[in-house]
Amino acid sequence: MAKKVKGADVLWDVLIRQGVEVVFGYPGGATLPSYDALHRHRIHHVLVRHEQGAAHMADGFSRATGKVGVAFATSGPGATNLVTGLATAMMDSVPMVAVTGQVNSHLIGSDAFQETDVTGITLPVTKHNFLVTKAQEIMPTLRKAFYIAQSGRPGPVLVDITKDAQAAEIEYEYDDRPIRLSGYRPSYKIDKVELQRALELIEKAERPLILAGHGVIRSGASKILQQFVEFTNTPVAMTLLGLGAFPASHPLNLGMMGMHGEAWVNQAIQEADLLLAFGMRFDDRVTGNLKTYATKARKIHIEIDPSEINKNVKVDVGIVGDLREVLEVLTAQVSAGDHGEWIEHIDEMKGSSAVRDIQSLPDNGHLYAAHVINDLWRYTHGKSVVVTDVGQHQMWEAQYYKHDYLRGLITSGGLGTMGFALPAAIGAKFGRPQDEVWAIAGDGGFQMTACELSTIAQEGIKVNVAIINNGFLGMVRQWQEMFYDKNYSATPMRSPDFVKLADAHGLPGLRVTKRSEMQDAVAWAQAQPQSVVIDFRVEQEDSVYPMVPAGADLHNMIRRPMANPIVETAED
Amino acid sequence: MIHTFVAYVENKPGVLNRVSSLFRRRAYNIESLAVGPAHLPGISRMTIEVEAATEDIAHQIAANLYKLVDVLHVDDLTNRKSVKRALALVKIDTSNPQVRSEIIQIASIFKQAEIVDAAPSSLILEIVGYEDTVERFIRMLEPYRILEMQRTGVVGMLRGSEPVSEGLAALEEQQ
Ligand SMILES: Cc1ncc(C[n+]2csc(CCOP(=O)(O)OP(=O)(O)O)c2C)c(N)n1
Repeated sequence: MAKKVKGADVLWDVLIRQGVEVVFGYPGGATLPSYDALHRHRIHHVLVRHEQGAAHMADGFSRATGKVGVAFATSGPGATNLVTGLATAMMDSVPMVAVTGQVNSHLIGSDAFQETDVTGITLPVTKHNFLVTKAQEIMPTLRKAFYIAQSGRPGPVLVDITKDAQAAEIEYEYDDRPIRLSGYRPSYKIDKVELQRALELIEKAERPLILAGHGVIRSGASKILQQFVEFTNTPVAMTLLGLGAFPASHPLNLGMMGMHGEAWVNQAIQEADLLLAFGMRFDDRVTGNLKTYATKARKIHIEIDPSEINKNVKVDVGIVGDLREVLEVLTAQVSAGDHGEWIEHIDEMKGSSAVRDIQSLPDNGHLYAAHVINDLWRYTHGKSVVVTDVGQHQMWEAQYYKHDYLRGLITSGGLGTMGFALPAAIGAKFGRPQDEVWAIAGDGGFQMTACELSTIAQEGIKVNVAIINNGFLGMVRQWQEMFYDKNYSATPMRSPDFVKLADAHGLPGLRVTKRSEMQDAVAWAQAQPQSVVIDFRVEQEDSVYPMVPAGADLHNMIRRPMANPIVETAED
Repeated sequence: MIHTFVAYVENKPGVLNRVSSLFRRRAYNIESLAVGPAHLPGISRMTIEVEAATEDIAHQIAANLYKLVDVLHVDDLTNRKSVKRALALVKIDTSNPQVRSEIIQIASIFKQAEIVDAAPSSLILEIVGYEDTVERFIRMLEPYRILEMQRTGVVGMLRGSEPVSEGLAALEEQQ
């Protein structure tokens, strides 16, 4: 039976009915009615220190769990602070719902205090958005928002709700009938003709290669992918966002492709006669120069978003659909494969390329970021959820932390958002309280959202924070070193004492300067009941190799120069 | 090549903004856009002319339109039999009697043109037709003193001999 409640109560009730247990937000004038009703509902609100943090937390929560993360902000500046987080989630297809307060409906358009055109501003960085001006619309709109966020190609959806709609009293009864949205097509029937052509190409291929992307994770296709791989004996190359979708230790997993991918993986792409692109979008960071990209290969693209097919790379077969469903059908019909020669050939290429040079380097008293990350992998047994920021450490993470587990790596790929790691790690911890969570950030990115340490302290949650402190905006410095004559313009960076900063938040901090301290440092971090901050003082002018310069041919990778001190000391 | 798309969209505030924002963001160049109510209640119909260098880009445009939640159905008229019309109103200074008679003459050459307003010192001409007819007509008027001009975007429709798209049929059914 319908009962009389406020719009704000409808809001919380609908969230709870969508399975939401925690939201990340920051209150203000336009959300006062909602916060006033909060205590009447069984939902945990995490008070962030900046709304960008709220968006990244919701994002991290979602990536860690596959559920929809929820962020809250007030009108005007609160809402505009969400924008970076929304754009981050949009680029990486992360399902999220952001709720913002809006000024009273009769004031809209009058430049009222803290009024901003939030649906206008967020239009290009959301999958869809809504403006709600009546309490009666809150329930149906929020239901649509959750549905749109997680179906089809997922993405962030924003719901802007006026203050009067939150405050109004209405008769309320939850409606759980199926949602009708006639213009929205989240699913597609698998095209039988294309499927048949895909099977033919697979049958004929001698040097096939799978490119596995984020779509494998989002569609829950990991298991069926492994079956397909093992049955057809097809090697797999991973995108950055695909890492974890297929075990790194699997013999057919070649590793990461692209700008900082493995040289042999990029070489294999260039030599392949068939590419099977599974839930990836041929981003410029993975293709390099499109004109010389995989010219010998036929291409099959399986992708949920029709607008991705033939967008960057012209393909021979495009199958629009949910990857898991398509792979199930495909695996049932494909014939077993061998490809022994091809796999052997890739192994040879792997052998001759500079294997992870830093990894095999004996301890020379210096601390290299790659060591820190490799040791983190070792001493967390590869089982931690790792949330990275953006920069060199992010690429080293991808190279040196071997991800065997699904949703083990959370990173901002498409937008490359600095400041992501700490708040996203907080979100991930709320989603996976039983799991060990490490945030890895550069000294630059960490300082962009360092205020969220305070959120960690207030919530009393356990996140281990590793700052890879090289005294530079490392990745930009690397480009300046390589392409701008070492003109280190605006990249040297002074930082506060991170150990004291941790202390100021009542959190234990530690400084690590030698590789010999690594094992103890990780053990120490794990033993502390609270979150910890570790300041890893790493080699300042180290660079990430190998590297495909932006727009260059994928097979022309810059290798670590042999004169590099790191390699020299290896001979000591 | 210019492609002509017809899009059926929800008649809601902000939908035109969503469509134009998409074209701006993806750097698709809109040549013209016309919007009005469709024959189905609550639904608007747009004709969009847009430059697409390749067929693939044309497909991208349609796919991206479909991604908008408020877009219900899209047809690409480009390689199909269709009727397309544009309209223009042109007000010309005719204070000179010689000019006035010349203008009246031009209007009579084009069978799609009509004089829709006559004032002592100006005439308003209207032309409805294929875009290139409108174009030619305006070019004829260019030597004269044009006081005002308004052109509409092209509106288009598939000919009856073309099969009705499934999507449109489904829309009708939902009503
Ligand atoms: C918000 C934002 N601003 C600027 C950049 C450009 N950028 C990319 S990497 C990088 C340097 C990052 O430095 P740091 O956080 O110290 O990490 P490192 O590269 O040293 O590991 C910068 C400035 C970005 N990605 N995001």
